Amino acid sequence: MDNGRNNQDWRPTASLLALTKNAAVYRWIREFFEQRDVLEVQTPVLSHAGTTDRHIESFCTKFHSVSAEQSSQMLYLITSPEFHMKRLLAAGSGDIYQLGRVFRQSELGAQHNPEFTLLEWYRTGQDHHQLMLEVAEFVNGVLSNCADYTMMEHEQLSYRTVFRQHLGIDPLADSTKTLRLCAQQHGFIASEQGAGGDSTHHDLYLDFLMSHVVQPKLGQGKLSFVYDYPASQCSLARLSNEDARVAERFELFLNGVELANGFHELCDPQQQQRRFEQDNVMRDASKQTPVVIDRRLIAALTSGLPDCAGVAVGIDRLLQFILSAKTLDDVLAFPFNRA
Amino acid sequence: MATYTTNEFRSGMKLMIDGAPFNIIDCEFVKPGKGQAFARVKLRNLQTRRVVERTYKSGESVEAADVVDNEMQYLYNDGEYWHFMDLQSFEQVAADADSIGESGKWLKDQDMCTVTLWNNMPIDVVPPNFVELKITETDPGVRGDTASGGGKPATLESGAVVRVPLFVESGEVIKVDTRTGEYVSRVKE
Repeated sequence: MDNGRNNQDWRPTASLLALTKNAAVYRWIREFFEQRDVLEVQTPVLSHAGTTDRHIESFCTKFHSVSAEQSSQMLYLITSPEFHMKRLLAAGSGDIYQLGRVFRQSELGAQHNPEFTLLEWYRTGQDHHQLMLEVAEFVNGVLSNCADYTMMEHEQLSYRTVFRQHLGIDPLADSTKTLRLCAQQHGFIASEQGAGGDSTHHDLYLDFLMSHVVQPKLGQGKLSFVYDYPASQCSLARLSNEDARVAERFELFLNGVELANGFHELCDPQQQQRRFEQDNVMRDASKQTPVVIDRRLIAALTSGLPDCAGVAVGIDRLLQFILSAKTLDDVLAFPFNRA
Repeated sequence: MATYTTNEFRSGMKLMIDGAPFNIIDCEFVKPGKGQAFARVKLRNLQTRRVVERTYKSGESVEAADVVDNEMQYLYNDGEYWHFMDLQSFEQVAADADSIGESGKWLKDQDMCTVTLWNNMPIDVVPPNFVELKITETDPGVRGDTASGGGKPATLESGAVVRVPLFVESGEVIKVDTRTGEYVSRVKE
């Protein structure tokens, strides 16, 4: 019986309906941005620099030159087109978007495929609050044009608010010990080392509580935006001027699934350089390979990135929602196991 | 001490948690886009049979339960214990109702089962995927009806009750899938 099944693994796992919906969504996306005068761009998938983010690992490969003197060069497959797109913005491109594949090592599950489709766009002269509104229009547009959904309401809640609502704890003020106890109550098994009190573990407990307890309750019949993430999870967002404990970053949740992540972008080259270096120090400490820092991005920021906000939307997950599919396999023609 | 990292987690794997052996039923990869990866597992406590959900940081090591899976032959039930024998060593073990759990209703003398031993004590018994059991009681068959849907309940010699097609009669032997509890076919004797 198993042999019979293996002989069938050349077949796509997505239905023809799913492929048709996929094509409709792509068409609609291009129309959406054309109407709004946002320029479609293409940037490299192979890059000389990678992301230093400690929780995102890049696929690495090598370029072998034909001339023998030059040794081979290490290359990263992009985990997001962000760095290249910011270089275009710094060069004066104006508002841009890109629809393409990105690659992330070790991410495989019902909601993860190591290769997936990201839609990323940038709006100059906007902050993350303005961009959240456009993301809501975008998602509502896709759902009503490519599926039979009526317009969904959207809500904007701060990270602090959702933690207070669903857990009764304050992610910005409560101690790491309080977070750990709360995480353990919800089924998290903290290891011996994990019982320590440093900032890494603080974020570990926050990530657990967010992904296992808060997130499943978000986006039920509406679009839930969560904004003002803790500064320790700022990624490439700028810190808030009013409250330095939070970063101007947001995420969108629909039906308990993380659908988008956006920033009011950090424009300060020195701060960006420091964050990259800090990431690499942490990588070193946790026996992860340090990553080549993107000096061209830093140069672009130095030259001047316009004030802007950017967001990345997971298109495969959006399709998963449209088709009420349990796993990504139902929307990808050939998921990882059949690639 | 043997350990598994969360990346090796598979259903059926046995872990030791707080001094008790657990069996992994299901494992799920959870990861926020910009955050830490986790392994969310559904586990059955092999002593209490209770199912719990636990989450580990991805990459964490967890102690493996020091258990042995043995192919053993089911001998008999003395009313309190189910007795099994290792056909190589002729060693016998007795499992109580807790460790037998739902499996008891599929057991027939001389069937080979997977018995999980912990400190030489049986804590889990998995019956063969397919068993052949005689029907001891069911409503009379409907003549001529060979394929219609619906079906009726039938009690088997081992005590299990399964849904069978209407044409199947009392006294007949049927093949059942113990993983789903579903009727597969009639067995001609």
